[in-house]
Amino acid sequence: MSTYTAPPTPSTESAATTAEAPDLDAQLASFTGTVGDVRVADAKMSMTDVDVHYGTAQAIHGVSLDLGKNEVMAMIGPSGCGKSTFLRCLNRMNDTIEICNVSGSLTLDGEDIYDRSQDVVLLRARVGIVFQKPNPFPKTIYDNVAYGPRIHGLASSKSTLDDIVEQSLRRASLWEEVKDRLDKPGTGLSGGQQQRLCIARTIAVSPEVILMDEPCSALDPIATAKIEELIDELGKNYTIAIVTHSMQQAARVSDRTAYFHLGRLVEVGVTNDIFTNPTHQLTENYITGRFG
Amino acid sequence: MDNLNLTQHTSHRFNEELEDVRNRVLQMGGLVEQQVNNGLKALLEFDSELGEQVVNKDHQINAMEVEIDELCTQVLARRQPAASDLRLVVMVIKTITDLERIGDEAEKLGRVAISLSSQSRRPAYYAELRHLGEHVKAVLRDTLDAFARMDVNAALKTAKQDGDIDREYDTLSRLLISHMMEDPREVRNILEVSWCARALERIGDHANNICEYVVYLVHGKDIRHTQSRSE
Repeated sequence: MSTYTAPPTPSTESAATTAEAPDLDAQLASFTGTVGDVRVADAKMSMTDVDVHYGTAQAIHGVSLDLGKNEVMAMIGPSGCGKSTFLRCLNRMNDTIEICNVSGSLTLDGEDIYDRSQDVVLLRARVGIVFQKPNPFPKTIYDNVAYGPRIHGLASSKSTLDDIVEQSLRRASLWEEVKDRLDKPGTGLSGGQQQRLCIARTIAVSPEVILMDEPCSALDPIATAKIEELIDELGKNYTIAIVTHSMQQAARVSDRTAYFHLGRLVEVGVTNDIFTNPTHQLTENYITGRFG
Repeated sequence: MDNLNLTQHTSHRFNEELEDVRNRVLQMGGLVEQQVNNGLKALLEFDSELGEQVVNKDHQINAMEVEIDELCTQVLARRQPAASDLRLVVMVIKTITDLERIGDEAEKLGRVAISLSSQSRRPAYYAELRHLGEHVKAVLRDTLDAFARMDVNAALKTAKQDGDIDREYDTLSRLLISHMMEDPREVRNILEVSWCARALERIGDHANNICEYVVYLVHGKDIRHTQSRSE
Protein backbone atom coordinates (compact mmCIF):
# COMPACT_ATOMS: atom_id res chain seq x y z
CA MET A 1 0.00 0.00 0.00
CA SER A 2 1.44 3.34 -0.95
CA THR A 3 1.86 6.18 1.48
CA TYR A 4 1.74 8.73 -1.32
CA THR A 5 -1.12 11.19 -1.27
CA ALA A 6 -1.96 13.36 -4.21
CA PRO A 7 -1.07 17.04 -3.81
CA PRO A 8 -3.78 19.59 -4.54
CA THR A 9 -4.01 20.70 -8.13
CA PRO A 10 -1.88 23.84 -8.57
CA SER A 11 -3.82 26.92 -9.55
CA THR A 12 -1.44 27.55 -12.43
CA GLU A 13 -3.08 24.77 -14.41
CA SER A 14 -6.01 27.02 -15.12
CA ALA A 15 -3.66 28.99 -17.33
CA ALA A 16 -3.21 26.14 -19.81
CA THR A 17 -2.87 27.67 -23.22
CA THR A 18 -3.58 26.39 -26.65
CA ALA A 19 -1.37 26.59 -29.69
CA GLU A 20 -4.11 28.26 -31.66
CA ALA A 21 -4.84 31.16 -29.35
CA PRO A 22 -2.10 32.11 -26.92
CA ASP A 23 -3.83 34.36 -24.43
CA LEU A 24 -1.12 36.71 -23.15
CA ASP A 25 -3.32 38.12 -20.38
CA ALA A 26 -4.09 34.66 -19.05
CA GLN A 27 -0.41 33.77 -19.20
CA LEU A 28 0.50 36.90 -17.26
CA ALA A 29 -2.27 36.23 -14.75
CA SER A 30 -0.80 32.82 -14.07
CA PHE A 31 2.55 34.37 -13.16
CA THR A 32 2.66 35.13 -9.47
CA GLY A 33 6.41 35.23 -8.90
CA THR A 34 9.28 32.96 -9.87
CA VAL A 35 8.80 29.29 -9.05
CA GLY A 36 11.87 27.54 -7.62
CA ASP A 37 14.95 28.60 -5.74
CA VAL A 38 16.59 31.62 -7.37
CA ARG A 39 19.33 31.71 -4.72
CA VAL A 40 22.25 29.32 -4.36
CA ALA A 41 24.64 28.78 -1.46
CA ASP A 42 27.81 29.96 -3.24
CA ALA A 43 26.74 32.63 -5.70
CA LYS A 44 29.26 34.02 -8.17
CA MET A 45 26.82 36.58 -9.49
CA SER A 46 23.68 37.66 -7.74
CA MET A 47 20.88 39.63 -9.37
CA THR A 48 17.95 41.12 -7.45
CA ASP A 49 14.80 42.77 -8.80
CA VAL A 50 16.33 43.60 -12.17
CA ASP A 51 14.15 45.77 -14.41
CA VAL A 52 15.22 46.68 -17.95
CA HIS A 53 13.52 49.32 -20.06
CA TYR A 54 14.11 50.12 -23.71
CA GLY A 55 12.81 53.70 -23.70
CA THR A 56 9.33 53.35 -22.26
CA ALA A 57 8.97 49.66 -23.06
CA GLN A 58 9.82 47.33 -20.21
CA ALA A 59 11.72 44.23 -21.34
CA ILE A 60 12.58 42.67 -17.98
CA HIS A 61 10.27 42.70 -14.97
CA GLY A 62 11.82 42.24 -11.53
CA VAL A 63 14.08 39.27 -12.22
CA SER A 64 16.11 37.86 -9.33
CA LEU A 65 18.59 35.07 -9.99
CA ASP A 66 21.92 33.73 -8.72
CA LEU A 67 24.64 32.17 -10.83
CA GLY A 68 26.52 29.70 -8.67
CA LYS A 69 30.27 29.09 -8.77
CA ASN A 70 31.24 26.55 -11.45
CA GLU A 71 27.65 26.23 -12.50
CA VAL A 72 26.22 26.03 -16.01
CA MET A 73 22.94 27.94 -16.11
CA ALA A 74 20.75 27.62 -19.19
CA MET A 75 18.26 30.36 -19.97
CA ILE A 76 15.41 29.33 -22.22
CA GLY A 77 12.15 30.86 -23.38
CA PRO A 78 10.29 31.93 -26.49
CA SER A 79 11.63 34.71 -28.75
CA GLY A 80 11.36 38.12 -27.14
CA CYS A 81 11.05 36.74 -23.61
CA GLY A 82 14.02 38.81 -22.43
CA LYS A 83 16.57 36.07 -21.88
CA SER A 84 19.23 37.66 -24.10
CA THR A 85 18.52 41.10 -22.66
CA PHE A 86 19.02 39.70 -19.18
CA LEU A 87 22.23 37.93 -20.21
CA ARG A 88 23.62 41.15 -21.65
CA CYS A 89 23.00 42.97 -18.38
CA LEU A 90 25.48 40.64 -16.70
CA ASN A 91 28.52 42.28 -18.31
CA ARG A 92 26.87 45.58 -19.19
CA MET A 93 26.68 44.93 -22.92
CA ASN A 94 23.40 46.85 -22.80
CA ASP A 95 25.37 50.02 -21.96
CA THR A 96 26.02 50.36 -25.69
CA ILE A 97 22.28 50.78 -26.32
CA GLU A 98 21.45 54.37 -25.48
CA ILE A 99 17.76 53.97 -24.64
CA CYS A 100 18.40 50.92 -22.48
CA ASN A 101 17.98 51.48 -18.77
CA VAL A 102 18.89 48.80 -16.21
CA SER A 103 17.81 49.02 -12.58
CA GLY A 104 18.01 46.66 -9.63
CA SER A 105 21.01 45.07 -8.00
CA LEU A 106 23.57 43.05 -9.98
CA THR A 107 26.67 41.88 -8.15
CA LEU A 108 29.80 39.92 -9.03
CA ASP A 109 31.45 38.46 -5.93
CA GLY A 110 29.29 40.83 -3.93
CA GLU A 111 30.43 43.97 -5.80
CA ASP A 112 27.85 46.07 -7.64
CA ILE A 113 28.76 45.85 -11.34
CA TYR A 114 26.70 48.96 -12.13
CA ASP A 115 28.59 51.06 -9.57
CA ARG A 116 30.06 54.34 -10.87
CA SER A 117 33.55 53.20 -9.96
CA GLN A 118 33.24 49.96 -11.94
CA ASP A 119 35.71 49.76 -14.84
CA VAL A 120 33.55 48.31 -17.64
CA VAL A 121 36.52 47.04 -19.66
CA LEU A 122 37.79 45.16 -16.64
CA LEU A 123 34.28 43.85 -15.92
CA ARG A 124 34.05 42.43 -19.44
CA ALA A 125 37.40 40.72 -18.97
CA ARG A 126 36.03 39.07 -15.83
CA VAL A 127 32.65 38.34 -17.43
CA GLY A 128 33.36 37.29 -21.03
CA ILE A 129 30.75 36.80 -23.70
CA VAL A 130 30.42 34.60 -26.80
CA PHE A 131 27.86 35.60 -29.38
CA GLN A 132 25.53 33.75 -31.69
CA LYS A 133 27.55 34.45 -34.82
CA PRO A 134 31.27 33.79 -34.58
CA ASN A 135 32.99 37.18 -34.87
CA PRO A 136 36.75 36.68 -35.05
CA PHE A 137 38.85 39.82 -35.57
CA PRO A 138 40.24 40.18 -39.11
CA LYS A 139 43.61 39.15 -37.75
CA THR A 140 45.64 35.97 -37.54
CA ILE A 141 44.46 33.09 -35.36
CA TYR A 142 47.30 33.86 -32.96
CA ASP A 143 46.46 37.56 -32.71
CA ASN A 144 42.79 36.83 -32.15
CA VAL A 145 43.63 34.95 -28.98
CA ALA A 146 46.54 37.19 -27.97
CA TYR A 147 44.51 40.40 -28.31
CA GLY A 148 42.88 40.29 -24.87
CA PRO A 149 45.98 39.31 -22.88
CA ARG A 150 47.92 42.08 -24.67
CA ILE A 151 45.49 44.91 -23.93
CA HIS A 152 45.03 43.75 -20.35
CA GLY A 153 48.80 43.37 -19.92
CA LEU A 154 48.52 39.74 -18.84
CA ALA A 155 51.72 38.59 -20.57
CA SER A 156 55.11 40.00 -19.66
CA SER A 157 57.01 38.21 -22.40
CA LYS A 158 56.53 36.65 -25.81
CA SER A 159 56.91 33.16 -24.38
CA THR A 160 54.23 33.80 -21.71
CA LEU A 161 51.92 35.07 -24.44
CA ASP A 162 52.68 31.97 -26.56
CA ASP A 163 51.75 29.85 -23.56
CA ILE A 164 48.48 31.68 -23.00
CA VAL A 165 47.55 31.34 -26.68
CA GLU A 166 48.36 27.62 -26.74
CA GLN A 167 46.56 26.92 -23.46
CA SER A 168 43.48 28.87 -24.53
CA LEU A 169 43.33 27.10 -27.89
CA ARG A 170 43.82 23.74 -26.19
CA ARG A 171 41.02 24.42 -23.72
CA ALA A 172 38.79 25.42 -26.60
CA SER A 173 39.70 22.07 -28.25
CA LEU A 174 41.03 23.92 -31.28
CA TRP A 175 44.79 23.61 -30.85
CA GLU A 176 45.28 20.38 -32.79
CA GLU A 177 43.38 21.80 -35.76
CA VAL A 178 45.19 25.16 -35.97
CA LYS A 179 48.63 24.73 -34.42
CA ASP A 180 50.30 24.67 -37.86
CA ARG A 181 48.56 27.76 -39.16
CA LEU A 182 48.50 30.22 -36.29
CA ASP A 183 49.62 32.99 -38.66
CA LYS A 184 46.66 32.47 -40.99
CA PRO A 185 43.56 34.69 -40.70
CA GLY A 186 40.94 33.59 -38.17
CA THR A 187 38.23 34.35 -40.69
CA GLY A 188 39.51 31.51 -42.87
CA LEU A 189 38.39 28.89 -40.37
CA SER A 190 35.09 27.00 -40.62
CA GLY A 191 32.08 28.32 -38.68
CA GLY A 192 32.51 25.82 -35.85
CA GLN A 193 36.23 26.50 -35.64
CA GLN A 194 35.62 30.26 -35.64
CA GLN A 195 33.19 29.86 -32.74
CA ARG A 196 35.76 27.85 -30.80
CA LEU A 197 38.33 30.53 -31.68
CA CYS A 198 36.00 33.12 -30.15
CA ILE A 199 35.69 30.97 -27.04
CA ALA A 200 39.52 30.66 -26.92
CA ARG A 201 39.69 34.45 -27.23
CA THR A 202 37.23 34.79 -24.36
CA ILE A 203 39.04 32.42 -22.01
CA ALA A 204 42.48 33.84 -22.87
CA VAL A 205 41.89 36.69 -20.42
CA SER A 206 40.98 34.23 -17.63
CA PRO A 207 37.42 35.34 -17.10
CA GLU A 208 35.47 34.19 -14.06
CA VAL A 209 32.11 34.06 -15.80
CA ILE A 210 31.40 33.17 -19.44
CA LEU A 211 28.15 34.32 -21.04
CA MET A 212 27.03 32.57 -24.21
CA ASP A 213 24.26 33.97 -26.36
CA GLU A 214 23.04 31.12 -28.56
CA PRO A 215 26.61 30.00 -29.29
CA CYS A 216 25.61 27.05 -31.47
CA SER A 217 22.68 28.33 -33.48
CA ALA A 218 24.85 28.90 -36.56
CA LEU A 219 26.71 25.61 -36.26
CA ASP A 220 26.26 22.08 -37.61
CA PRO A 221 25.63 19.17 -35.21
CA ILE A 222 29.28 18.08 -35.06
CA ALA A 223 30.53 21.58 -34.26
CA THR A 224 27.67 21.92 -31.78
CA ALA A 225 28.72 18.70 -30.06
CA LYS A 226 32.27 20.03 -29.78
CA ILE A 227 31.09 23.30 -28.22
CA GLU A 228 28.88 21.38 -25.80
CA GLU A 229 31.79 19.15 -24.86
CA LEU A 230 33.73 22.35 -24.26
CA ILE A 231 30.96 23.76 -22.05
CA ASP A 232 31.07 20.57 -19.97
CA GLU A 233 34.81 20.98 -19.61
CA LEU A 234 34.76 24.73 -18.88
CA GLY A 235 31.88 24.32 -16.43
CA LYS A 236 34.29 22.67 -14.01
CA ASN A 237 36.23 25.92 -13.56
CA TYR A 238 33.98 28.71 -14.75
CA THR A 239 30.53 30.00 -14.12
CA ILE A 240 28.66 29.77 -17.41
CA ALA A 241 25.32 31.26 -18.42
CA ILE A 242 24.04 30.13 -21.79
CA VAL A 243 21.03 31.41 -23.68
CA THR A 244 19.77 28.82 -26.12
CA HIS A 245 16.79 28.15 -28.36
CA SER A 246 17.55 24.46 -28.33
CA MET A 247 15.86 22.88 -25.35
CA GLN A 248 17.74 19.67 -25.95
CA GLN A 249 20.95 21.68 -25.68
CA ALA A 250 19.82 23.25 -22.41
CA ALA A 251 18.90 19.79 -21.14
CA ARG A 252 22.28 18.39 -22.19
CA VAL A 253 24.71 20.99 -20.92
CA SER A 254 23.24 22.80 -17.94
CA ASP A 255 23.08 22.17 -14.21
CA ARG A 256 20.16 24.52 -13.69
CA THR A 257 17.65 25.93 -16.12
CA ALA A 258 15.80 29.25 -15.98
CA TYR A 259 12.63 29.70 -18.01
CA PHE A 260 11.81 33.25 -19.11
CA HIS A 261 8.47 34.36 -20.48
CA LEU A 262 7.20 37.86 -21.35
CA GLY A 263 10.12 39.44 -19.50
CA ARG A 264 9.49 37.46 -16.31
CA LEU A 265 11.57 34.69 -14.84
CA VAL A 266 8.81 32.09 -14.56
CA GLU A 267 10.70 29.14 -13.15
CA VAL A 268 14.20 28.14 -12.22
CA GLY A 269 15.28 24.71 -11.11
CA VAL A 270 17.63 21.78 -11.45
CA THR A 271 17.73 20.87 -15.14
CA ASN A 272 16.66 17.26 -14.52
CA ASP A 273 13.50 18.44 -12.77
CA ILE A 274 12.66 21.13 -15.31
CA PHE A 275 12.74 18.67 -18.19
CA THR A 276 10.94 15.78 -16.52
CA ASN A 277 8.55 17.49 -14.16
CA PRO A 278 8.35 21.29 -14.37
CA THR A 279 6.17 23.03 -11.82
CA HIS A 280 4.69 25.95 -13.73
CA GLN A 281 2.22 25.32 -16.53
CA LEU A 282 3.94 27.92 -18.74
CA THR A 283 7.24 26.04 -18.47
CA GLU A 284 5.50 22.76 -19.23
CA ASN A 285 3.78 24.25 -22.26
CA TYR A 286 7.01 25.66 -23.63
CA ILE A 287 9.26 22.65 -23.24
CA THR A 288 6.64 20.28 -24.59
CA GLY A 289 6.01 22.49 -27.63
CA ARG A 290 2.48 23.48 -26.71
CA PHE A 291 2.61 27.02 -27.99
CA GLY A 292 4.34 28.68 -30.87
CA MET B 1 -10.62 13.12 -21.67
CA ASP B 2 -7.59 15.27 -22.29
CA ASN B 3 -6.22 16.34 -18.94
CA LEU B 4 -2.72 15.85 -20.34
CA ASN B 5 -3.47 18.36 -23.11
CA LEU B 6 -2.31 15.81 -25.64
CA THR B 7 -4.03 17.71 -28.43
CA GLN B 8 -2.42 21.07 -27.79
CA HIS B 9 1.02 20.76 -29.33
CA THR B 10 2.03 23.22 -32.00
CA SER B 11 2.81 20.19 -34.14
CA HIS B 12 -0.41 18.42 -35.08
CA ARG B 13 1.41 15.32 -36.10
CA PHE B 14 2.95 15.08 -32.63
CA ASN B 15 -0.59 15.33 -31.19
CA GLU B 16 -1.66 12.47 -33.42
CA GLU B 17 1.32 10.30 -32.51
CA LEU B 18 0.76 10.63 -28.77
CA GLU B 19 -2.99 10.11 -29.16
CA ASP B 20 -2.27 7.03 -31.23
CA VAL B 21 0.06 5.63 -28.56
CA ARG B 22 -2.51 6.26 -25.84
CA ASN B 23 -5.39 4.76 -27.83
CA ARG B 24 -3.45 1.63 -28.59
CA VAL B 25 -2.62 1.13 -24.92
CA LEU B 26 -6.33 1.47 -24.11
CA GLN B 27 -7.09 -1.07 -26.83
CA MET B 28 -4.44 -3.44 -25.48
CA GLY B 29 -5.84 -2.97 -21.97
CA GLY B 30 -9.31 -3.87 -23.21
CA LEU B 31 -8.04 -7.04 -24.82
CA VAL B 32 -6.06 -8.02 -21.72
CA GLU B 33 -9.11 -7.47 -19.51
CA GLN B 34 -11.18 -9.66 -21.82
CA GLN B 35 -8.54 -12.41 -21.69
CA VAL B 36 -8.48 -12.38 -17.89
CA ASN B 37 -12.28 -12.48 -17.69
CA ASN B 38 -12.49 -15.35 -20.19
CA GLY B 39 -9.61 -17.25 -18.62
CA LEU B 40 -11.27 -17.08 -15.24
CA LYS B 41 -14.67 -18.01 -16.67
CA ALA B 42 -13.17 -20.99 -18.52
CA LEU B 43 -11.50 -22.14 -15.32
CA LEU B 44 -14.54 -21.80 -13.08
CA GLU B 45 -16.96 -23.33 -15.57
CA PHE B 46 -14.68 -26.13 -16.85
CA ASP B 47 -15.04 -24.65 -20.34
CA SER B 48 -12.16 -26.07 -22.38
CA GLU B 49 -13.32 -24.39 -25.57
CA LEU B 50 -13.13 -20.93 -23.98
CA GLY B 51 -9.79 -21.96 -22.47
CA GLU B 52 -8.51 -22.75 -25.96
CA GLN B 53 -9.69 -19.36 -27.19
CA VAL B 54 -7.80 -17.58 -24.43
CA VAL B 55 -4.61 -19.52 -25.15
CA ASN B 56 -4.87 -18.83 -28.88
CA LYS B 57 -5.47 -15.10 -28.42
CA ASP B 58 -2.40 -14.36 -26.32
CA HIS B 59 -0.23 -13.76 -29.38
CA GLN B 60 -2.41 -10.72 -30.23
CA ILE B 61 -1.41 -9.10 -26.95
CA ASN B 62 2.24 -9.87 -27.57
CA ALA B 63 2.01 -8.31 -31.03
CA MET B 64 0.42 -5.18 -29.59
CA GLU B 65 3.23 -4.84 -27.07
CA VAL B 66 5.81 -4.96 -29.85
CA GLU B 67 3.85 -2.47 -31.95
CA ILE B 68 3.41 0.07 -29.15
CA ASP B 69 7.06 -0.31 -28.14
CA GLU B 70 8.05 0.53 -31.69
CA LEU B 71 5.78 3.59 -31.73
CA CYS B 72 7.25 4.84 -28.45
CA THR B 73 10.78 4.41 -29.78
CA GLN B 74 9.86 6.47 -32.81
CA VAL B 75 8.39 9.24 -30.69
CA LEU B 76 11.53 9.31 -28.53
CA ALA B 77 13.80 9.42 -31.57
CA ARG B 78 11.86 11.96 -33.59
CA ARG B 79 10.24 14.22 -31.01
CA GLN B 80 12.56 14.16 -28.00
CA PRO B 81 9.53 14.59 -25.74
CA ALA B 82 9.93 16.44 -22.44
CA ALA B 83 8.03 16.79 -19.18
CA SER B 84 4.52 15.20 -19.27
CA ASP B 85 5.02 13.95 -22.83
CA LEU B 86 8.23 12.23 -21.80
CA ARG B 87 6.54 10.77 -18.73
CA LEU B 88 3.69 9.49 -20.91
CA VAL B 89 6.07 7.66 -23.25
CA VAL B 90 8.12 6.22 -20.39
CA MET B 91 5.04 5.07 -18.47
CA VAL B 92 3.52 3.54 -21.60
CA ILE B 93 6.67 1.51 -22.25
CA LYS B 94 6.43 0.14 -18.70
CA THR B 95 2.66 -0.26 -18.72
CA ILE B 96 2.59 -2.44 -21.82
CA THR B 97 5.18 -4.76 -20.26
CA ASP B 98 2.86 -5.27 -17.29
CA LEU B 99 -0.16 -5.66 -19.57
CA GLU B 100 1.66 -8.28 -21.61
CA ARG B 101 2.49 -10.21 -18.44
CA ILE B 102 -1.12 -10.01 -17.30
CA GLY B 103 -1.92 -11.53 -20.70
CA ASP B 104 0.52 -14.37 -19.96
CA GLU B 105 -1.17 -15.03 -16.61
CA ALA B 106 -4.55 -15.12 -18.35
CA GLU B 107 -3.12 -17.65 -20.78
CA LYS B 108 -2.08 -19.80 -17.80
CA LEU B 109 -5.67 -19.70 -16.53
CA GLY B 110 -6.80 -20.86 -19.96
CA ARG B 111 -4.31 -23.76 -20.01
CA VAL B 112 -5.33 -24.99 -16.58
CA ALA B 113 -8.99 -24.65 -17.59
CA ILE B 114 -8.33 -27.03 -20.48
CA SER B 115 -6.51 -29.50 -18.28
CA LEU B 116 -9.18 -29.47 -15.54
CA SER B 117 -12.16 -29.48 -17.90
CA SER B 118 -12.67 -33.25 -17.59
CA GLN B 119 -13.76 -32.75 -13.97
CA SER B 120 -17.45 -33.08 -13.44
CA ARG B 121 -18.06 -31.60 -10.04
CA ARG B 122 -16.94 -28.28 -8.66
CA PRO B 123 -14.43 -28.70 -5.80
CA ALA B 124 -15.22 -27.02 -2.50
CA TYR B 125 -12.39 -24.48 -2.69
CA TYR B 126 -13.72 -23.06 -5.98
CA ALA B 127 -15.83 -20.53 -4.10
CA GLU B 128 -12.68 -18.94 -2.69
CA LEU B 129 -10.99 -19.04 -6.09
CA ARG B 130 -13.99 -17.31 -7.63
CA HIS B 131 -13.90 -14.66 -4.92
CA LEU B 132 -10.21 -13.93 -5.51
CA GLY B 133 -10.84 -13.89 -9.26
CA GLU B 134 -13.71 -11.41 -9.02
CA HIS B 135 -11.61 -9.15 -6.82
CA VAL B 136 -8.69 -9.21 -9.27
CA LYS B 137 -11.04 -8.54 -12.18
CA ALA B 138 -12.44 -5.50 -10.41
CA VAL B 139 -8.95 -4.19 -9.61
CA LEU B 140 -7.86 -4.64 -13.21
CA ARG B 141 -10.94 -2.82 -14.47
CA ASP B 142 -10.41 0.07 -12.03
CA THR B 143 -6.74 0.23 -13.01
CA LEU B 144 -7.53 0.53 -16.70
CA ASP B 145 -10.18 3.17 -15.92
CA ALA B 146 -7.65 5.14 -13.86
CA PHE B 147 -5.25 4.99 -16.79
CA ALA B 148 -7.88 6.02 -19.33
CA ARG B 149 -8.90 9.00 -17.20
CA MET B 150 -5.40 9.75 -15.88
CA ASP B 151 -7.08 9.79 -12.48
CA VAL B 152 -4.48 9.79 -9.69
CA ASN B 153 -6.95 9.42 -6.86
CA ALA B 154 -8.59 6.41 -8.47
CA ALA B 155 -5.14 4.92 -9.14
CA LEU B 156 -4.09 5.36 -5.50
CA LYS B 157 -7.35 3.88 -4.26
CA THR B 158 -6.98 0.89 -6.55
CA ALA B 159 -3.32 0.38 -5.62
CA LYS B 160 -4.34 0.11 -1.98
CA GLN B 161 -6.33 -3.05 -2.75
CA ASP B 162 -3.24 -5.03 -3.66
CA GLY B 163 -2.69 -5.85 0.01
CA ASP B 164 -6.20 -7.33 0.23
CA ILE B 165 -5.55 -9.48 -2.81
CA ASP B 166 -2.31 -10.74 -1.31
CA ARG B 167 -4.14 -11.68 1.91
CA GLU B 168 -6.89 -13.47 0.00
CA TYR B 169 -4.25 -15.37 -1.92
CA ASP B 170 -2.55 -16.43 1.33
CA THR B 171 -5.84 -17.63 2.76
CA LEU B 172 -6.64 -19.58 -0.39
CA SER B 173 -3.16 -21.12 -0.40
CA ARG B 174 -3.61 -22.37 3.15
CA LEU B 175 -7.01 -23.78 2.24
CA LEU B 176 -5.56 -25.60 -0.75
CA ILE B 177 -2.78 -27.10 1.37
CA SER B 178 -5.28 -28.44 3.88
CA HIS B 179 -7.31 -29.99 1.03
CA MET B 180 -4.17 -31.63 -0.29
CA MET B 181 -3.49 -33.15 3.09
CA GLU B 182 -7.05 -34.39 3.41
CA ASP B 183 -7.13 -36.02 0.01
CA PRO B 184 -3.72 -36.81 -1.51
CA ARG B 185 -5.38 -38.11 -4.70
CA GLU B 186 -6.39 -34.55 -5.45
CA VAL B 187 -2.89 -33.12 -5.12
CA ARG B 188 -2.31 -32.86 -8.86
CA ASN B 189 -5.54 -30.96 -9.49
CA ILE B 190 -5.13 -28.76 -6.45
CA LEU B 191 -1.60 -27.86 -7.54
CA GLU B 192 -3.00 -26.64 -10.84
CA VAL B 193 -5.60 -24.56 -9.03
CA SER B 194 -2.85 -23.21 -6.82
CA TRP B 195 -0.97 -22.00 -9.91
CA CYS B 196 -4.13 -20.22 -11.01
CA ALA B 197 -4.44 -18.52 -7.64
CA ARG B 198 -0.82 -17.48 -8.02
CA ALA B 199 -1.55 -16.14 -11.52
CA LEU B 200 -4.45 -14.07 -10.18
CA GLU B 201 -2.28 -12.69 -7.40
CA ARG B 202 0.38 -11.73 -9.97
CA ILE B 203 -2.25 -9.95 -12.08
CA GLY B 204 -3.03 -7.88 -8.99
CA ASP B 205 0.67 -6.98 -8.68
CA HIS B 206 0.91 -5.92 -12.32
CA ALA B 207 -2.25 -3.81 -11.95
CA ASN B 208 -0.68 -2.21 -8.89
CA ASN B 209 2.39 -1.31 -10.97
CA ILE B 210 0.22 0.35 -13.62
CA CYS B 211 -1.52 2.41 -10.92
CA GLU B 212 1.88 3.61 -9.76
CA TYR B 213 2.79 4.61 -13.33
CA VAL B 214 -0.41 6.67 -13.54
CA VAL B 215 0.69 8.64 -10.47
CA TYR B 216 4.13 9.12 -12.05
CA LEU B 217 2.57 10.30 -15.30
CA VAL B 218 0.25 12.86 -13.75
CA HIS B 219 2.36 14.16 -10.85
CA GLY B 220 5.89 13.23 -11.94
CA LYS B 221 6.31 11.43 -8.64
CA ASP B 222 7.72 7.91 -8.47
CA ILE B 223 5.91 6.08 -5.66
CA ARG B 224 7.31 2.62 -6.33
CA HIS B 225 8.85 0.81 -3.37
CA THR B 226 7.57 3.41 -0.92
CA GLN B 227 5.17 1.10 0.95
CA SER B 228 5.94 0.22 4.52
CA ARG B 229 6.49 -3.40 5.51
CA SER B 230 3.78 -3.41 8.11
CA GLU B 231 1.05 -2.82 5.57
